[in-house]
Amino acid sequence: MKHHRILRVVAKLLIPAILLFALYVQFHGDFGPGGGFQAGVIFAAGIILYALIFGVEQARKVVPPPVAHVLVALGLLLYAGVGVASLLLGGTYLDYDVLASDPVAGQHYGILLIEFGVGTTVAAVMLSIFYGFAGRGR
Amino acid sequence: MEQLVDIALLAFLGATALFIVRLRNLFAVVMLAGIYSLLSAGVFVELDAVDVAFTEAAVGAGISTIVMLGTLALIGRTEQKSVRPHPYALVVVLVTGAALIYGTLDLAVLGDPQAPAHQHVAPRYIEESGQEVGVPNIVTSVLASYRGYDTLGEVTVIFTAGIGVLILLGGRAKRRREPKEREEP
Repeated sequence: MKHHRILRVVAKLLIPAILLFALYVQFHGDFGPGGGFQAGVIFAAGIILYALIFGVEQARKVVPPPVAHVLVALGLLLYAGVGVASLLLGGTYLDYDVLASDPVAGQHYGILLIEFGVGTTVAAVMLSIFYGFAGRGR
Repeated sequence: MEQLVDIALLAFLGATALFIVRLRNLFAVVMLAGIYSLLSAGVFVELDAVDVAFTEAAVGAGISTIVMLGTLALIGRTEQKSVRPHPYALVVVLVTGAALIYGTLDLAVLGDPQAPAHQHVAPRYIEESGQEVGVPNIVTSVLASYRGYDTLGEVTVIFTAGIGVLILLGGRAKRRREPKEREEP
């Protein structure tokens, strides 16, 4: 799609907004609708749009597939790790109260961390699947 | 007014589903499936379930459409002629549909505050999550804190599904290595 000038210009304008919106949905999920699942999907959609307009090879330079594969596992590990951390700090598994001196602050840290883990895994899985399909086409 | 919107959305959903069944052009089917998801997201907004609507719009109308288009690029865009359906299939479908509709008669009325689902743990979440978790969006505090273990399971499902798809699709790296091995001797 290299010669579709309108698509390229519009995509260039849209992609930063999409990625920023994904981050907003990720970190604003406590206050409005949204959270890790939606943010991960939106973030992956931004990168996929980039791949569709500028070519998969260009997108592979932005997020190399091996990095995406590692992130698939890292997100889940972060989530499970928060649970282990709360165990080590004397609480039960995934009990965020013990993560900070104040239970409510602990809940905030816990939710922020696990939502980030969810977002990382979801975005990386979506991107990896897309790379998988794009790689088969040739 | 709400009922009008409901009826319109359901009519569009029905029409879209019908066209998905009838059409043989898979490209059009994929696009209609995206529209179907977007309409479902509209239904969820109408039910005040904005978090679910958000997910449906992002996953159903967004990523799924792209993944299905990726599949079309591999398998071609017209459906092969299907075998004539067996007459018993219609009977099975009708009986199952009738049983499901009969089942809905026992469901609580939509939005009924006395429904069992609203009597169990929901009041506690609504009344005490403000002090216990301190997050304004109760959906987030239920999802991430009260039911954090369930959400961990969901993320594990996504992880496992992703790994499974990667194993199925990721045959390219292996094929690239094979010729090299032959060159070595």
